[in-house]
Amino acid sequence: MFTLPKFRHLVGAGALASVALLTFACATRQASNGLVAGDAAKAVYVAPGQYDEFYAFMSGGFNGQIGVYGLPSGRRLKTIPVFAQYPENGYGYSEETKPMLNTSYGFIPWDDSHHPALSQTNGEDDGRWLFINANNTPRIARIDLTRFETEEILEIPNAGGNHGSPFVTQNSEYVMSATRFSVPVPNTDMPIAEFKKSFKGQISFIRADQPGKMRVEFQMVMPGFNYDLARAGKGPSNGWVFFTMYNTEQANSLLEVNASQNDKDFVAAVNWKAIEVCAKAGKTKNVAAEYMHNFTDPFTRQAVSEKVTSVPQFAAKDCPGAVYFMPTPKSPHGADVDPTGEYIVAGGKLASVIPVHSFSKMIKAIEAKAFEGEIEGIPVLSYAATLAGEVKNPGLGPLHTEFDGKGYAYTSFFISSEVVKWKLGTWEVVDRVPTYYSVGHLMIPGGGTMKPNGKYLVAMNKITKDRYLPTGPELTQSAQLYDISGPKMKLLLDFPTEGEPHYAQAILASKIKDQQVKFYKLAESKAPHMVRSEKETGVSRDGKTVHVRMTAIRSHFSPDNIEGVLVGDTVLFHITNLEQDWDVPHGFAIMGAQNGELLIMPGETRTLKWIPRKAGIFPMYCTDFCSALHQEMQGYVRVSAPGSNVALVGTLSKGPQAAPKKADGDKQKK
Amino acid sequence: MPKSARLLVAFAALLMSLGYLLPLWRVDLVAPQYPEGLGILIKVNTVVGVKEQDLNSINNLNHYIGMKRIEPDAIPELRFMPAILGGLVVTALLVAAIGHRKVLYGWSVALGTVLSAGLYDYWKWGYDYGHNLDVDTAIIKIPGMTYQPPLIGSKQLLNFTATSWPAPGGWGLVIATVLVGVAIWQSHRASLPAPAAIA
Repeated sequence: MFTLPKFRHLVGAGALASVALLTFACATRQASNGLVAGDAAKAVYVAPGQYDEFYAFMSGGFNGQIGVYGLPSGRRLKTIPVFAQYPENGYGYSEETKPMLNTSYGFIPWDDSHHPALSQTNGEDDGRWLFINANNTPRIARIDLTRFETEEILEIPNAGGNHGSPFVTQNSEYVMSATRFSVPVPNTDMPIAEFKKSFKGQISFIRADQPGKMRVEFQMVMPGFNYDLARAGKGPSNGWVFFTMYNTEQANSLLEVNASQNDKDFVAAVNWKAIEVCAKAGKTKNVAAEYMHNFTDPFTRQAVSEKVTSVPQFAAKDCPGAVYFMPTPKSPHGADVDPTGEYIVAGGKLASVIPVHSFSKMIKAIEAKAFEGEIEGIPVLSYAATLAGEVKNPGLGPLHTEFDGKGYAYTSFFISSEVVKWKLGTWEVVDRVPTYYSVGHLMIPGGGTMKPNGKYLVAMNKITKDRYLPTGPELTQSAQLYDISGPKMKLLLDFPTEGEPHYAQAILASKIKDQQVKFYKLAESKAPHMVRSEKETGVSRDGKTVHVRMTAIRSHFSPDNIEGVLVGDTVLFHITNLEQDWDVPHGFAIMGAQNGELLIMPGETRTLKWIPRKAGIFPMYCTDFCSALHQEMQGYVRVSAPGSNVALVGTLSKGPQAAPKKADGDKQKK
Repeated sequence: MPKSARLLVAFAALLMSLGYLLPLWRVDLVAPQYPEGLGILIKVNTVVGVKEQDLNSINNLNHYIGMKRIEPDAIPELRFMPAILGGLVVTALLVAAIGHRKVLYGWSVALGTVLSAGLYDYWKWGYDYGHNLDVDTAIIKIPGMTYQPPLIGSKQLLNFTATSWPAPGGWGLVIATVLVGVAIWQSHRASLPAPAAIA
């Protein structure tokens, strides 16, 4: 996404030019303060017990997660933990989920997640999966939308910042990964000053259409530029993917200045069908690499992390026809393909126009070999040869474009803080609305697919300032919902988001809501330490490891009294939630655990590792208010000094421990 | 028996045999936190949840009030009921085949007795579950409160509204009984001396 240093530079460089416009915008803003029409409240009001029309999946940016929201209400429904530990449900803390965060660098508890991408069938969002990239330690995750859970994560070798990722092809054959930073390939120790000579970019195509089998199908080594964003072609341009890039100057320091010199950078048009042919012809070779593939089996619910040791790689020049450069002004950010697949819109952050390339003109230019030059064996087409048109004077700082399926495009403008609607084909601006403030990505449900739903547009803003009650130096992040069903865009709603949403996807709720898993069937569970009833529970010792196979059901654990644990032991609580009903999770926590809690879904088995540090009595309890007697759902573990001979036992009272003397008034009150 | 009455009884036998395919009775439980409801279906030879896990969920909830678990394998009636229903169907067909009025009368008394006994047994079953609670392990004890579901209709049991009603197989029996009544009426009319022609 947009980096802050660059933003500062833009404000500096563009200050004079934009003073007039900003002043005008401010005046407009003060006059209207973004006031919405009288019926806006009704348009976003979803009555209690009613459902939103769309699910929106908004990346959490630097929180590493995905926020799930309802549209049009803007109500937050859930956080799906992806690349960061999540104490709320034990993701990344339980033994079953820790391997999901394993990388070739070891366990990593955090990342920066930017671009969610729904899986597609025939160019339309199909609601099976959601992919998202990890920017910092390059990875792509696949989230299963029957469980709203991260199911698979693949690390990307030879990448330095996985920003241009994970845009999907129209039948989800591939998701992409383009490196933001060029790095030595393979990554080795060398002076940074050798950037131009030795640093390389790479673009990877990840096969992603089979759960559990994500793999780098091929990796193309590219010139040492910075690769930014991408979109797959569709319809006539299916088989191609368009990547933007900046820093074609190949600077390795003070990029805000040094990477802003060239008048034009490029959009790379990559023909993956041609690459498939090259791969079949043996032009890729398996190069040694080390990266992790993590996957959760749906029946064991245990994530497994496996090391991959090679990657099929080739140099762009070794597969003629695989890639062409289209000159594009200037440091382009988004490369967005319209629903017909004909137009490729590039958002040049520093450009004064929005350039639109034509796919059919590009094909003609390639056939005519109308090349201006060549970079590392990659033909460079001429700007005029591929240009369909330019949107003139659109605003300042164009970033991203989405489409409504009715012939219009909507482009976000960071510097002039607005969304601009323009017409494909005539390139004329037809409407503009302010955003509060400095919009980055924008999103229309299906707006990047062949079948947009042109009803709403969500703007994801980078600056919030005075829009909400202030909360100290760090403010909430803000999204804004616009009605785009008519000729004029109408602001309907501001709503806060968790983390910084970079990009989002939205899909009709009807495509997802009826496929939800409500609980896991105990009879189908293959979790290694699961038990099917209280009769199968027990404690056992294996050297210094104590296994506690425990059950949770309203409203007790079995066993709930455990003795014989010694200081220095590692205790593994394997807890099976015996409930077989919707919305009855149980939680588990034990005093002094340096780990986290478990949140165990019905029918699921989760394991908490606990290393008691001192002798004594340690309370444990259910952390999720499960039932009327939730507060009674508790127990004790006795920890004895090393070498003591307390027998290892786990017990549960079979009935009343003493004859009740009188009515238990306290309990009755509960 | 007139031919129409014999056909009615034969048809009643067919309707009664639906009890092998379709549940006889249904109990639904709805509570604030169970808006989707829990329910059980009583079939001729077993008790199952309306949704796959409903019986399990109801049993788990019932431990709060000390109610016994409903274990279909431990309910002896469910072992006899298929034979009893079979007996009713076969004898109904025999009645239709024989076509004798007095046999029909005699059989209908037996039918009434069997159905009444069945309903009484079902009521008693519900009484037993609702009253014989394990006071030692019951968590929620409300003096005087019992948890017998209604035979037919609705009743509030703590946070649950319990509604009990014949299920399609049960309606088959109800309609079969009505048809038998009609057959009796027709047979009775046919047995009367022909009315004198009105002058």
